[in-house]
Amino acid sequence: MHETYSLTNLQQLEAESIAIIREVAAEFENPVMLYSVGKDSSVMVHLARKAFRPGKIPFPLLHVDTSLKFPEMYEFRDSFCREIGADLRIHSNRASLEAGTNPYDLGTQKCCAQLKTQALLDALREGGYDAAFGGARREEEKSRAKERILSFRDRHGQWDPKNQRPEIWEVYNTRINKGESIRAFPLSNWTELDIWQYVAQEKIPVVPLYFAAEREVVERDRLLIPVYPGARFLPGEKPSRVMCRFRTLGCHPCTGAIHSSARTIEEIIAEMMITRQSERITRVIDHDAEGSMEQKKREGYF
Amino acid sequence: MDVAELLRRNRESGLLRFVTIGSVDDGKSTLIGRLLYDSKSIYEDQLSSVEKASLRMGREEVDLALLTDGLRAEREQGITIDVAYRHFATPRRRFIIADCPGHEQYTRNMVTGASTADLALLLIDAKLGILTQSKRHAFIASLLGIPHVVVCVNKMDTVGWSQEVFERLRREYQDFAARLHIQDLTFIPVSALKGDNIVVRSQRMAWYHGMALLEHLETVFTGSDRNLVDMRLPVQYVLRQSADFRGYCGRLASGVIRRGEEIRALPSGRTSRVKSIVGPDGELEYAFAPQSITVCLEDELDISRGDIVVRPLNQPRVGRELEAMLVWLGEEDFRPDKPYLIKHTARTVRGRFTRLHYRIEPEELHREPAEGLKLNEIGRVDLELFGPLVFDAYSANRTMGSFIVVDPVSNATAGAGMIIERAKGHGAPERVGADAAPVSHNITPHQGLVTAEARGRILGHRPAILWFTGLSASGKSTVARSVEKRLVDSGHLAFFLDGDNLRSGLNRDLGFSAADRAENVRRTAEVARLFSEAGAIVIAALISPLRQDRANARAIVDTQRFIEVFVDTPLEVCEQRDPRGLYKRARAGEIPEFTGISAPYEPPESPELHLAADRLSVEECVDRVMAYLKNEGCLGGPGGAPSGGGAGRRA
Repeated sequence: MHETYSLTNLQQLEAESIAIIREVAAEFENPVMLYSVGKDSSVMVHLARKAFRPGKIPFPLLHVDTSLKFPEMYEFRDSFCREIGADLRIHSNRASLEAGTNPYDLGTQKCCAQLKTQALLDALREGGYDAAFGGARREEEKSRAKERILSFRDRHGQWDPKNQRPEIWEVYNTRINKGESIRAFPLSNWTELDIWQYVAQEKIPVVPLYFAAEREVVERDRLLIPVYPGARFLPGEKPSRVMCRFRTLGCHPCTGAIHSSARTIEEIIAEMMITRQSERITRVIDHDAEGSMEQKKREGYF
Repeated sequence: MDVAELLRRNRESGLLRFVTIGSVDDGKSTLIGRLLYDSKSIYEDQLSSVEKASLRMGREEVDLALLTDGLRAEREQGITIDVAYRHFATPRRRFIIADCPGHEQYTRNMVTGASTADLALLLIDAKLGILTQSKRHAFIASLLGIPHVVVCVNKMDTVGWSQEVFERLRREYQDFAARLHIQDLTFIPVSALKGDNIVVRSQRMAWYHGMALLEHLETVFTGSDRNLVDMRLPVQYVLRQSADFRGYCGRLASGVIRRGEEIRALPSGRTSRVKSIVGPDGELEYAFAPQSITVCLEDELDISRGDIVVRPLNQPRVGRELEAMLVWLGEEDFRPDKPYLIKHTARTVRGRFTRLHYRIEPEELHREPAEGLKLNEIGRVDLELFGPLVFDAYSANRTMGSFIVVDPVSNATAGAGMIIERAKGHGAPERVGADAAPVSHNITPHQGLVTAEARGRILGHRPAILWFTGLSASGKSTVARSVEKRLVDSGHLAFFLDGDNLRSGLNRDLGFSAADRAENVRRTAEVARLFSEAGAIVIAALISPLRQDRANARAIVDTQRFIEVFVDTPLEVCEQRDPRGLYKRARAGEIPEFTGISAPYEPPESPELHLAADRLSVEECVDRVMAYLKNEGCLGGPGGAPSGGGAGRRA
């Protein structure tokens, strides 16, 4: 029998991610996996299941809910977690929501600071989590390209890009003091194309919003902004039905769709091969200021 | 193209990780920007953001460096301050670039980026030439054992695309690199700014016949860089699913594991058989490095996180003492005797460094006695552990031979260590094994107050070891003897160690098996070291047919002092000379394991000196050796120790 000793690119990435997930699970007392319902989260949870098969994932999933996600995302989240038997925890910044925080009145940046960053930090503190997995990839954004796989956060959840722990070979320094924490990024070395190829290969379920359909949208600055209950528009803007899909999923007021007719994963991959735009362009929030992601990350955002 | 086709390509293409290293202003970020830009790996919005930034900063053209200089602080200062990872793919390969900052205080980031790389891309500015920084970078690449090194001589546009400049820099760099351990060294003349020889072959440097950089990256063969021989499975996590399922999870550091085979868990030493192997997609017959797997055993052994699963007949070392090269990364200085935490694979033990042999000055590779190590300094240390560790040499196994040092107070990652082949107080390493009980020899070498170099100064030269290797009857001893005479005649203390003479005394218990030959080389190297530490210029002449043995000799003595001289006489000529009739007898089958006839001779790949001894006279050979010594500053000359007897003598 001919034996092979080579791994595909995806198998190499998979082996590396599984090793990272196991290392964090073994070294920390109370880890948690951030689950944002998107494609990257789906892949990360899939890898966590593989890491402990035939056992269960030995830590809970945490969804930081802004309550502004697409309805399709909530539906998907609940059925997906039920199906795999995950221990899902949900946290929202209730006080802020009750005070009526929304991106229209407050601006995207401040809304994010309240409903995402603050909510996340509160959830981690309240849960007493000493390590949190995130699905961020280095390829996504410039400041993420500098992120370690295990990234140290001080007592206030802050990141100091100038003073990162050197990360040598695959030996991770997991020592922290009480109150400090680690963010772990098992998908660091994956690209968007890897994610989709892996979704196709492993038949991982994803939210249907990733696939093209006719949707009610308003076109503004080359972005297609979806029309959902409560969405506000500028004077003169009229919704129309456009064939489109979402490349990334966030809060519906701040996430744009792209023109697309890709109805299957295969078509999405084909589209990816010729796309000339990075995925973060569909996030309204990143346009605020050059370097805005770095600023948010310093404050504790994922 | 359909997805099936894409996935097939993906399967065949594989992944290459490389690190880019260069000094400030060598144009490294521009080179990466150019690779990404010309291979069409940049999205429109990323490009437009860079265009915006270039405009704001008043640049005339789009500054490709801005694509890679991610963080705001460094964009403002115009320098890269931390390792940034970039991704791009061509139809042939997918690449992950670790882009490393070049200035000195960030050596630790470079070590980070280089530690997982298959290939290092070093940049030299054609106009400025080889800076001390460039040497430091090559040294670290060699220290971390990166198998492939590509030197890009950049900014060729500023020297009029001159072949002469390129060739001069290449020679200069090769001379330096000969003293390092670099398996594969390639030079490419490029201009990142203009795009010459980056993605396509340059029209302006028709004299260059090699590949463009991207083509080289796409085709360099990395298949044999992995160790698939020594099975090592560090246990990361123990999965206790139910009463009848206990699995040991881990990522294979090296080798292949098979269902049904006998295994041994270290350090406990208990054995069992592999009942099943669970891979990411279910049960497997076998698994190989670097797969992440879960292994179930026939027997219930008490194995926990940090243990290493191996084969009973191929075991790593188990011990509480080891020797390593240490790169210090801590803000706080390294202090011998302070306890640190040592994390090696999945095991963390406390330990202390009992001895700092020396510090290496990375530009000229000098060894200096030192009391401690500061941030970014590199030294050779002895480490004593408070619990047993299971390890291999870094040169044979990157994962099993590496560890990090964690400061138990600040929790900072304070150091990175690479374990050296030679066990402290042990014989040749291959003789250790079968009995894997923890060992401690309680031998503490004392460091004198005087260095070999200081003794050499009294003698008016720098101590060195000329290691002559070559076939029997190649002329090693003849040339060596004449070199000894010439040196002594010109007032230098030289001493000749003849292989045959040693075999009739010190080594008379040794035969010619591979193990005995290795031991012969080891003892000779130890003796050579002692003589050279006493200040002499030592000349050793041994067939020393195996590369590994000569590499061991180099490690035992002193890389800085070791000069490998290849006495290259073709086998036919040696056989014709046959002064003692040995070849004849070997051909007749009377002498077993005779080098060149029934045992292999592995010629050196990059000896410091190569003597074509069949075409040169003995005198000419001696001239070359003398010229080399003079050139290296061993005999004095500009900047070196003064030659002759008296001038260097201290009052």
